[in-house]
Amino acid sequence: MLGRFGSAITAVAQNAPMQQQQRGMATLKAISIRLKSVKNIQKITQSMKMVSAAKYARAERDLKQVRSIGNGAKQFYEQAEIAPPPDAPQKLFIAITSDRGLCGAVHTSVARHIRTELGKDDKNIRIVCVGDKSRAILSRIYGNNIILSANEIGRLPPTFIDAAKLADAVLKSDYKFASGEIVYNRFKSVVSYETQTLPVYSLESVVTAPKLSIYDSLDDEVIKSYLEFSLASLLFYSMKEGACSEQSSRMTSMDNASKNAGEMIDKLTLTFNRTRQAVITRELIEIISGASAL
Amino acid sequence: MAAMRSVSRLLSSRALSTTVKRGYAEEMSFTFASGNQIFYEAKSVRQVDVPSFSGSFGILPKHVPTLAVLKPGVVSVYENEGNVKKIFVSSGTVTINEDSSVQILAEEAHPVENIDASAARELLTKSQSQLSSAANDQAKAEAEIAVEVSEALVKAAE
Repeated sequence: MLGRFGSAITAVAQNAPMQQQQRGMATLKAISIRLKSVKNIQKITQSMKMVSAAKYARAERDLKQVRSIGNGAKQFYEQAEIAPPPDAPQKLFIAITSDRGLCGAVHTSVARHIRTELGKDDKNIRIVCVGDKSRAILSRIYGNNIILSANEIGRLPPTFIDAAKLADAVLKSDYKFASGEIVYNRFKSVVSYETQTLPVYSLESVVTAPKLSIYDSLDDEVIKSYLEFSLASLLFYSMKEGACSEQSSRMTSMDNASKNAGEMIDKLTLTFNRTRQAVITRELIEIISGASAL
Repeated sequence: MAAMRSVSRLLSSRALSTTVKRGYAEEMSFTFASGNQIFYEAKSVRQVDVPSFSGSFGILPKHVPTLAVLKPGVVSVYENEGNVKKIFVSSGTVTINEDSSVQILAEEAHPVENIDASAARELLTKSQSQLSSAANDQAKAEAEIAVEVSEALVKAAE
């Protein structure tokens, strides 16, 4: 009974070193290659974190100066109680994202907000994509709804000129919208942001607003220039908010990536050392058993 | 006793309501922000003079609600303490709301004392030469705006 088991075990044991040898050698090499690549990835994520931390610090400083522009531009729409006209359903969505990824879910959450709106009604909604990321996400299903897309966003901090150009392009496009929304990520703190919207109205919806009559000495020309400027300032503000949340989110996600890479490196180093030890032990056994056989 | 108490309460409540009302009448919540700087944020000031395309005008508390588009020029803010602050603006908007809050949003704004007069004159000659060499309508319009802004800059610097 015992002898039978014993022979079976020796048969397995005889088989095992050969397999072990082949696999052991291969894994040692493979593990060291993987270890090296994970170490490189960690270096990259660490430096990306440093870069975005510096960019974030600047973006947050800029954002503080811009917040009152955004609030000021929004104030008129709130005070005058302008609402989208019920008989004109044409809407415009402006997605504020950037060209760069690796920053958590900032871009997807903007795109998701627009996608839910499009899911309700995709006939009367057109999209303006700011940044390649939103275009890439939205063009898959709703490619026909995109009327404009801007790129080269995110490399440098947004300026008022960028926003003015964008506002100009939106107003010059031949799509007649009655109302719209700027979808952007509002920066709350380093670890959190919130996807929010800012209103955009066409000249017609502002002129027909009932509360506009309390405003004195207005003509269409003034309102038109006013709306152009206010669209530009709202876009400027939302781009700044978006840039700040993007950098902060990239900072946290790169920090997490570095931590995860560190964990992987620890585990891989452990396996590497263990395998190396196993190889050494096995070679010793081979030598000793070879010598004792003589 | 009870009557007296009710009277006194009446008096005190009236006094309260008048102060609130007066506060509302004399206060102006003034916000002045540009792309590069915040000058005032919901601050109470005595008067603000702004240059607009429909003519320059002064804003006192309880101004009638209106909208206006800023012209390149100097915005003068008369603070409650009596100082006058002059700030150059390139373009922007003025919003005066029903609740006596005033917002001036400018594209670029700088205190007048920070303007370099010789640099402004240089800019003027440069934009004038740009205007004369403008090829198409758009370039011409852009150069015209540049001339307008630099003329206002030179005037403000003097």
